[in-house]
This record gives sequence, structure tokens and C-alpha cells, in this order.
Amino acid sequence: MTGLRRFTRNRLAVVGAVALAVLVLFVLIGPLVYPTEQVATDLGAANLPPGVDGHPLGTDALGYDNLGRLMVAGQVSLLVGVLAGALATVVGTLWGAVAGYVGGAVDVVMMRVVDAGIAIPAIFLLLVLSTIVRPTVGMMIVVLGLVSWLVPARLIRAEALSVRTRDYVVAARAMGASHGRTVLTHVIPNTVGTVVVNATFQVADAILLVAYISFLGMGVQPPTTDWGAMLNDGINYIYQGAWWLILPPGLAIVVVVCALNFVGDGLRDVVDVKGRTA
Amino acid sequence: MTTAIPAQSGAVEAGAAAPAPVRAARGGFGRFLIRRVLQALVVILVVSVIVFALLHALPGGPARGVLGQQATEEQIAAFEAANGLDQPVVLQYLSFLGRSLTGDLGESYLLNQSVSDAIALRLPKTLLLTGLSLVVAVLIAVPVGVYQAVRRNRAVDYWLSTLAIVAYSTPTFFLGMLLILLLSQTAGLFPAAAPQGTGIAEVLAQPDALVLPVLTGAVPIVATFSRYMRSATLDNLGEDYVRTARAKGTGRRRVVLRHVLRNSLTPVVAMLGYYLPVMFGGALVVEQLFNYPGMGLLFWSAAQSSDFPVLLGCVLVISVATVVGSLLADVVQAVLDPRTRGGLR
Repeated sequence: MTGLRRFTRNRLAVVGAVALAVLVLFVLIGPLVYPTEQVATDLGAANLPPGVDGHPLGTDALGYDNLGRLMVAGQVSLLVGVLAGALATVVGTLWGAVAGYVGGAVDVVMMRVVDAGIAIPAIFLLLVLSTIVRPTVGMMIVVLGLVSWLVPARLIRAEALSVRTRDYVVAARAMGASHGRTVLTHVIPNTVGTVVVNATFQVADAILLVAYISFLGMGVQPPTTDWGAMLNDGINYIYQGAWWLILPPGLAIVVVVCALNFVGDGLRDVVDVKGRTA
Repeated sequence: MTTAIPAQSGAVEAGAAAPAPVRAARGGFGRFLIRRVLQALVVILVVSVIVFALLHALPGGPARGVLGQQATEEQIAAFEAANGLDQPVVLQYLSFLGRSLTGDLGESYLLNQSVSDAIALRLPKTLLLTGLSLVVAVLIAVPVGVYQAVRRNRAVDYWLSTLAIVAYSTPTFFLGMLLILLLSQTAGLFPAAAPQGTGIAEVLAQPDALVLPVLTGAVPIVATFSRYMRSATLDNLGEDYVRTARAKGTGRRRVVLRHVLRNSLTPVVAMLGYYLPVMFGGALVVEQLFNYPGMGLLFWSAAQSSDFPVLLGCVLVISVATVVGSLLADVVQAVLDPRTRGGLR
């Protein structure tokens, strides 16, 4: 059965892929179709409920149109999530491949570093780091990427351990390929299934982490915003029943993370790898 | 967040040879224990290096961190001399390590309290909250997981699995906000603020205020552990002993409840140890959302005010707890299931 057939047989994966496409169009094309002012504040139009004065989802405490804000916030959430997930995947893949390929003492040292990193919960480390460096979008990507490469490193190391003794690796070495070349052209390409599937989950987790950091008030600074920061702003009005400040960004996070998890499951069916436990 | 289960390759090492199994297993276990504890110590050492490096990554170093940006060069030099910050880095690290080992984590910049006192005051309340969430979660997740495994690939299994992914994908704070909106604002059943007070007794005296924080903390754990329980039960349902018990006339229900359940709980119980960092992260968000006076809130306030000694002290304590948690998980699993003892490299 072809990969595409296997993927489409998983109905949730198809639903996830469609939802992702719709969301990406919403945050990228949306602001072109529905342009709104998202930098200058308009306190005269603050805290309007949905539908008033041509604001389909109302406005927030600074008078920003909430629907437009959902779009620009989504750009930040998705951008940070995708790039941080990609960075974590690249770093983790290289680290794990080298550790597993070289083995011995190098492997032991490299994996104890991974163990230590996993022992420090990411949210705590991120909060400490964001008190040290001012959180801009670029900084968030780098910092998030650098705290979340540990799980892929473990997965790829396990794969590399089994790949390194295969005949084609031995043959490449015998023909005079350098270690670097062997890792890059023989070991890593043979772990690509695991890498791709894990990258999907990595992006999902990165989007959740960005939301947590922003919700805790340590994320990107205004007027830049993301879905987590919108929720952080909205919670102050929860007791006035301002549900429109909370449900849209919250549901957006849930939908995108769910969709990525569904797609990841579907991709796993295609490449048939194990390794995701939660 | 994913929590990788340690590799279990090369599993059949100890206890596989049939004769004299007791001595072989004992020796294997002793060696396993020593190696595993040594590994944990090394990891804790690496963690301490990372925390120490963070301390020195502070803008302008620890001296500027304490004295503020307006401090003059003379003040900084005096502070560094007084605190040994002019010593070589290696010596500074060793003295940091020595102080940490004796429980001296420094003084908070703002709380007028030592970091260890501040943590000691709040940690029990965090353990209480997470413990309650955990108990509630396990009481739900275990039956749900077993039920799904028994009904595997039926509609109900499919829907419960999807629900678990949705719950897993929901940020804890959003879930908490929804619960506040529904159960507190709209229905008026429970207060939206967590119990306040210095001691555990005071917190426990306000059970209705505990409901929402405990529930918010429990849902993500249910989502994760019902999946573990389902797959652990599925693994066991395919075992020979199930067929044997069924062939000897034991009822299906009795096989599941008496044989399968007990065997599938082992990996799930061990998973709890690996799950500690995730639970600490959850506690941070729940405590901030409901204003619960635990270690998570302490950490969050310290992050707001750049109170670095408290931040790094909390990171150190939580990381050590995490390492110990996964050590205990490995040991418990090795005691219950000798096949896992070979997994360590």
C-alpha cells in the first residue's frame, strides 16, 4: 500500500491535515482579507462584546479587534512553534546520531547530558531564561529549540545504535568514507522516518510550550502577541464573563495541537515507527 | 510533553537462567542498583553545573543581579570579594556545590528569607495538590484504560482515545479557565480561588476551594495515563497466561480483574516516576492560575521579580526530585520485573 493511501486510511489524520491547512490560511491570508489595526490602541472601543460596531469577535481591553488579533497572534504561535520544533529536531538528530554512531565513552557522556536536561522541566528552564534574555520572537525560537531537543536525541540515538552495525555503514567506512560523511549520508537518512514523525509532535509540543510561557507573562512583548498571551490578557476579564477573549485563542491552540498530533499518528502509520509514548 | 520510556533492549539478562535463579537475580540486582545510583549521581552533578552556569549567565553576573543595574564598579568589586566571586570559576563551582549539598541555597533578594526556608514552607502544599490530582487521575485513568483495552477498536475505544488526545492538546491553563467559567462563574458551584494559608491543615480545611485546582491538575494526567494503561493492558491480554486462565474456565471478567490488571499496573506505576517533571510543570500553571500558595507560585513570583536565588534553588530542587523519581521508578520496575535490569548502559 502506498504511503498516501495508508495516511488517508487514518481518518483523524486527514481531518488534522485539513484543519492545519485551514488554520494556516486563516492566519496568513486572513489579515489580507480582513485587515485590522493591531499596533495603535483604541481605548474608545475597548472590551466590546462580539458583533458590536463591526467587530465579529468583539475587542479586547486595548480596543484591538479580537478576530484580527487572533490572526496575527496565530502567525507568531505557528512561526515560533514550527521553527523551534525544526531547530529541536535538527539539534536532537545530530546529537543522537553522533552519540549512537560513536558509542563508548562519548555516548555515555552525551547521554548523561541529555538525562540532566530532561531532569530540568522545560517550563522552569524557559522561565529562568526569559528573565535573563528579553523574549523576542527570534529569541523564543532559539530558546525553545534549545530546551526541547532532548527527546529526539534519545530516539535517534537508539536508531543510530542499530544502524551503525548494518552492512552498508560498514561498507561505507571500508571504502574510506569519513565518520562525518558516514553519519550525514548513511546513519541520519536511515532514521528519517523517526525524525519526521517526531518532528510533528515536536512542533505540537513547542506550540504548547510557547502558549505556557506567554500565559505566564514571560513571552513575547506587546504589541506583538500570540495565542497564549491573548489568554493571559483575557483572564483579567474572565470574571466579567468576557468569554470571547478566552475561547477563540484557547480553542485555536487546542485545534492546532490536536491536528498536529493526529497528523503525526497518520505519518507514523506511513513510516511504521515506534517511539512516541505520550 | 513526551517522557521517553528507557530502552529495554537486552532485557533478558538476569533471572533468565532457570537453575539457581535466586542468587543470579540477587547479584544482578545489586550490580544494577549500584550502576543506576551512580548514573543518577552523575546526572545530578551535570544538573548542578547547568544551574551554576545559569547563575553566571545573569546579565552582568550574579553581582549585578543582586545589586541592580545602578551599582558602581566599586560596589560590585566589594560584593564579589565578599562573596568569593573573584575566585577562579572552578573554586566557585565547588563552593556552590558544597553549599547546595548542605542545603544552603542562598538568600532570596526579596522575601527576607533563605531560599531553603521559602521552599520548605511551600513544597508540602505543592506535594499535597499534585498528590490529590494524581490520586483522582489514577482512579479515573486505570479503569478507563482497561475498559478501552477490553473493547479495543470498537467505537467507544476510538472515541475515548480521541478524547484523550484532545485533553492532552488542551493547555492546562485554558482547561482551568474553562472550568472557572463553567463551574464557578456560571454554575457557582465552587470558588475560583484556591485555599490560602500557611499550613497543610489550613488548606485541607477548605475542600470546596480545592476542587477546581485538583480537577485541572488531574485531567492531563488522565489523558496520558489512560493511554499507558490501555497499551499495557493490551500487551498483557495477548499473553499465554490469559489463554491458560481462560482455558481452565476462568471467567473473562475475573481474568481481567485478577490477572491482567495486576500485571499491567507495573509499567504504569513505574511511569509515574518518569512523569514527575511534567507534574511539576503542571503544578506551576495550576498554582499561578488559582493563586495557590505552593512552590509553583513561589517560582512564578520569583520570575516576575527576577529573584534569581529562588529561581535557581527551585530548579535545583525540582531537578533532583525528578532524577530521584526516575531512579525510584527504575528500581521499582527492576524489583517487580527482572527483565528490565539489563536496559541500563
